[in-house]
Amino acid sequence: MKKYRVFDHTADLGIEVFGKTQADLFSRAALALFDLLVEGVDAQTTASTEARKLVIDGADSADLFVNFLREILYLFNGEGFLLTECRIAQIAEKRLRADIRGRRYDARKDRVKTEIKAVTYHQAAVVQTARGWQGRVVFDV
Amino acid sequence: MSETIMKKMDENRWLIEPAGGMRVPGILYTSERLLRDMGGDESPKQVANVAHLPGIVKYSLAMPDMHWGYGFPIGGVAAFDMASGIVSPGGVGYDINCGCRMMTTRLDLDAIRKQLPELVTALFQNIPSGVGSTGPLKLSPKDSRKVLIEGAKWTVDQGYGTPEDLEATEDHGAMDGADPEKISARAMDRGKQQLGTLGSGNHFLEIEVVEEIFDPIAAAAFGLEQDQIAVMIHSGSRGLGYQVCDDYLARMIKHMREMSLNLPDRQLACAYLDSQAGKDYLAAMACAANYAWANRQMLMHWTRETFEKTLRKTPRELGMRLLYDVCHNIAKIETLPVDGQLKKLCVHRKGATRAFPAGHPAVPERYRKVGQPVLIPGDMGTGSYVLAGTDRAYEDTFGSTCHGAGRVMSRAQATKLSKGRVVHRDMADRGVIVMASGRGTLREEIPEAYKNLDEVVAVVHRAGISKKVAKLRSLGCIKG
Repeated sequence: MKKYRVFDHTADLGIEVFGKTQADLFSRAALALFDLLVEGVDAQTTASTEARKLVIDGADSADLFVNFLREILYLFNGEGFLLTECRIAQIAEKRLRADIRGRRYDARKDRVKTEIKAVTYHQAAVVQTARGWQGRVVFDV
Repeated sequence: MSETIMKKMDENRWLIEPAGGMRVPGILYTSERLLRDMGGDESPKQVANVAHLPGIVKYSLAMPDMHWGYGFPIGGVAAFDMASGIVSPGGVGYDINCGCRMMTTRLDLDAIRKQLPELVTALFQNIPSGVGSTGPLKLSPKDSRKVLIEGAKWTVDQGYGTPEDLEATEDHGAMDGADPEKISARAMDRGKQQLGTLGSGNHFLEIEVVEEIFDPIAAAAFGLEQDQIAVMIHSGSRGLGYQVCDDYLARMIKHMREMSLNLPDRQLACAYLDSQAGKDYLAAMACAANYAWANRQMLMHWTRETFEKTLRKTPRELGMRLLYDVCHNIAKIETLPVDGQLKKLCVHRKGATRAFPAGHPAVPERYRKVGQPVLIPGDMGTGSYVLAGTDRAYEDTFGSTCHGAGRVMSRAQATKLSKGRVVHRDMADRGVIVMASGRGTLREEIPEAYKNLDEVVAVVHRAGISKKVAKLRSLGCIKG
């Protein structure tokens, strides 16, 4: 089940993500990012072997959203960490703590779907709606 | 839809008059046809946005291959005063020193026609490409630093190429001012794994044949002749460059908030050239630029090796000579004429190429009579153009011209449009052998996703900001 929507953007790729709570929105965005990056990655099909704790800061909730996604994208691009589970332990407007789990990217088995170069600040937004929380972000691909 | 008002100046230029916080006008190099094809693309608005930046000189420019980018449009050219101006990572782009190099050969089409499939396959096997591909080299920390400071010279010193290659590379393949202390451990780490890789997306390595010569004198100076085989390489600074851009964008967004500099778009994040953040970015950007030159030099060396082995010919028989290497995502400190006087400026070229005229000392001696070679890669399988820089570019566009075809369609649109098509077979029907490592890449990169290259080049030629020298047709292409 997809909990996010891809929207079209010249030259790039944007997503809109929904969550019941802000924490829910952020963890779904993290999974959405990895769903776009690598084929068939989720907690059901992949045994996690590594756990990490993250503390992220931002100037406001949109900045926090971008910085959080930037961090986990780096973990993939720079360290080959493939995220499969994400729990936001604590979240406020300018700071969050997350417990993430995952495993090593395996070039022989894993298929990269899209190379995502960066998470951008373009139209980045986090808003609370009548039905919950909604976030928007554009990736440079 | 963009509401930016544009006034036609002549056949090739449209003016955006200063309004609101714009400090200078905007000028778009384009044509009726290209404008029509642009539809609702917001790059004109971005040209106006760039004109808001402190210290901008004369005007904010866009080349005919313009399309929407982060903050600055792709195809954007803007120059800033050294004392009052800024530098912006978004004015350079994520892929710092993304660029092209072209090699000429002593071969003609008949000499390789039969072995072309074998040659493309061998290149595909020998040149690491694709998403997250890693190179065969494992760099020591000491070597990593050297790559960042020395650029292509480091690669040549390792035995990958000759000093003659450096003479035919913009800035001799190394920018001054690179300081590895200014790049993050993360950028350094990503760099270590990826030197000598092509990358993915629109990056490619292509075997081409000279199809048409427009300027016989310049072509002769460049060593180009009809039916000759050439190789074009389009690649950049890989993960290291993206990380440098990402790191400094975040730092400058924070910096701007502290300075309460109010700009129309957050992605125009910048720092004054004389500030610490500005200086640090330029030093880090130079590292990434040098890495990209080292990278393209290595890719070229393996291309030469592959040709030698596959065609069983000696280097002398092949004569694979570097024509030139240009960068098209960069900020440079250059001395250029402003209102009749030479001035030191920080010129941003984001999806734009330097196009210096004949006689300029930065142009390699062997081309000095005809102007700097400008390499314009087309989209997948359409071939390329070789142009030469002009006085008009030097006077009017901060010595700059276009860089390629430019997207008109998002990757998602292209994928949708190409549904059910076997792209490599379509390409084969057009006489081009294509091999790619990513399954999605070919569909995202279909020719319809790009502007018409002939029209883009026609605009810069008519406007006089570079002149057509030769056109090359694609024969075989490897992609990430």
